[in-house]
Amino acid sequence: MRLASGVLGAVFLLSAGPAAAQGISNDVVKLGVLNDQSGVYADLAGQGSVVAAQMAVEDFGGTVLGKTIQVVSADHQNKPDVGSSVANQWIDTEQVDAIVDVPTSSVALAIQEITRRKNVAHLNSTAATTDLTGKACSPTAVHYTYDTYALANGTGRALVQQGGDTWFFITADYAFGHNLEQNTAEAVKKAGGKVVGAVRAPFPNNDFSSFLLQAQASQAKVIGLANAGGDTINSIKQAREFGITQAGQRLAGLLVFLSDIHSLGLETTQGLTLTTGFYWDKDDETREWSKRWAERMNGRMPTMVQAGVYSVVMHYLNAIKAAGTDDAKTVVAKMKEMPINDFFAKNARIRQDGRMVHDMYLVQVKGPQESKGAWDYYNILRTIPGDEAFMPMEAGNCPLVQEAATKNGQPAGGAR
Amino acid sequence: MFELIGIPPQALFGQLLLGLINGAFYAVLSLGLALIFGLLNIINFTHGAQYMMGAFVAWLMLRYAGIGYWPSLIVAPVVVAVVGIVIERLLLRRLYHLDHLYGLLLTFGLALIIEGTFRQIYGISGQPYAIPKELSGGYDLGFMFLPTYRAWVVLASLAACLGTWLLIEKTRLGAYLRAGTENATLVRAFGVNVPVMVTLTYGFGVALAAFAGVLAAPIYSVNPLMGSNLIIVVFAVVVIGGMGSILGSVITGYALGLIEGLTKVFYPEASSTVIFIIMAIVLLIKPAGLFGRAT
Repeated sequence: MRLASGVLGAVFLLSAGPAAAQGISNDVVKLGVLNDQSGVYADLAGQGSVVAAQMAVEDFGGTVLGKTIQVVSADHQNKPDVGSSVANQWIDTEQVDAIVDVPTSSVALAIQEITRRKNVAHLNSTAATTDLTGKACSPTAVHYTYDTYALANGTGRALVQQGGDTWFFITADYAFGHNLEQNTAEAVKKAGGKVVGAVRAPFPNNDFSSFLLQAQASQAKVIGLANAGGDTINSIKQAREFGITQAGQRLAGLLVFLSDIHSLGLETTQGLTLTTGFYWDKDDETREWSKRWAERMNGRMPTMVQAGVYSVVMHYLNAIKAAGTDDAKTVVAKMKEMPINDFFAKNARIRQDGRMVHDMYLVQVKGPQESKGAWDYYNILRTIPGDEAFMPMEAGNCPLVQEAATKNGQPAGGAR
Repeated sequence: MFELIGIPPQALFGQLLLGLINGAFYAVLSLGLALIFGLLNIINFTHGAQYMMGAFVAWLMLRYAGIGYWPSLIVAPVVVAVVGIVIERLLLRRLYHLDHLYGLLLTFGLALIIEGTFRQIYGISGQPYAIPKELSGGYDLGFMFLPTYRAWVVLASLAACLGTWLLIEKTRLGAYLRAGTENATLVRAFGVNVPVMVTLTYGFGVALAAFAGVLAAPIYSVNPLMGSNLIIVVFAVVVIGGMGSILGSVITGYALGLIEGLTKVFYPEASSTVIFIIMAIVLLIKPAGLFGRAT
């Protein structure tokens, strides 16, 4: 790690020129929360992520190295072009130092390139694609909360181990869905299971009954839902309506958030198994933070990505303090040196490729009788240790890792 | 002989039945649109938002007043119709003498405003609405499990379509309506209050949309954008059936539901586009639609 950051530091000193001065540029540290504030991901991230970022800034004290910290936010409408133009404007004319949250993989990948080119930090909590720390990895970026691999791997393997060894996928017919299906299928096969079929549903889609009947006809023990948001909600709702879950087939939600469970109700979702990076009711620390957040959010409870936004912003501010500058490459390198220990993650670290590695949780949704009230939704079945949960760094083919390895004459996986 | 591309006949029946259920929604929604277009010459782009409002009114009544599904089936369409009538009186009325385009722009803008407002207040993930107790469960038909509620949706939509058709074809009021569509000035000369009739027709068309919304609430997610996904398909249905043709829109609604259902088995990737392909073909061969009259 130290070697890697040394290399990064050297590259930075050679290339950055006068801008490399220590201290805070423009006398302000400005965080731009860029996410979906009106579309399908508005509830799972949206305003809740903005509030989380603001809380982190307040808890930090509102200033770092004597300069004010500001939070701004914008709606990218899940469109890469909209997201890119906001990011460019923020960076070029409004002195934004870090772009935070950024759901929707296509937008996140666009922001990844802009922030890399303009040396601005990209603190991603909500996007799902593993490419952010794979072939598109960047020295100024961190992928914090989860990715498709962690969710697919956790849920896929756990269900096979519990006897769900034949799988049928209902897949949203675009890059994200295919990626999720592929990751899960690999995990299932590795654990000894078999994939008996898959159907590609148009995106977005209202009526899943036809696809569900095809899944039923396949007699697979597990139906994997390689979709997200409204599509997942409708598939789960209709699976129950058509008696599919009652007849013994299990549903595996591959990208399900707490806000989705809230929207569907426990009657419909009970028994659903899923992987999450955070659950508000896990222990005293998580409850304490979540209740503070809930006070500002009309009593809602945070999703894993909203909690992740707080944690990553806090870590970023601590790194600025430690590094003595807000220069993105230096700060992100510092973030990778410092371990993370807060309500969100214990003994977690950020790898060289930008992947934050922390424990994930395999959870099962409670039945209505079992739940003690609103937002009491999950039973934690198992804690998946970080190293097992996330894709090994060598498998991601991140150019940063490969460069560092060749320069140091070390195998790619050697540096932590 | 019956086994097509590896699909056993039983699975096929199941899919056809599902297609019919989806067709039921298309039929009720396109019927309302056709009705409004026929008499008002307005392309009502607010229809999807009004369908969504129907579902939301049902959910709000359950949530805040404890009023269940059955009363909602009547009350929600009435409430939404009243809102529709206000819109007609205040805004649409001023556009009748202008090109279609103005009505389209106004209703489209209204749809965006209504959906945006709901999104602002209720978020995007949708609200849960349970299937009423009387209609939960289902029947095992051998080839598939038919949820009682879906069977009810088909029956209710058939009843609504048939009722509307009878009203327009077989009653005196319907005769006035049809005459008003042909030549409003002449009907007015006979002492019929055409403006009131126009207002009520708009209200009725909107009520049909809201009725479909209440029917949809227990099976689809009640969310502010539920109508915007559907409305484009429904417009295609109306165009294929022939703008303004009431019987045409109903038959086309069910037929396209079936075709879409079959596509989901044979080539699922195309199931969201098949209706538009059919629309393009129909427009090339019969520009006025299958049941429309060329003007």
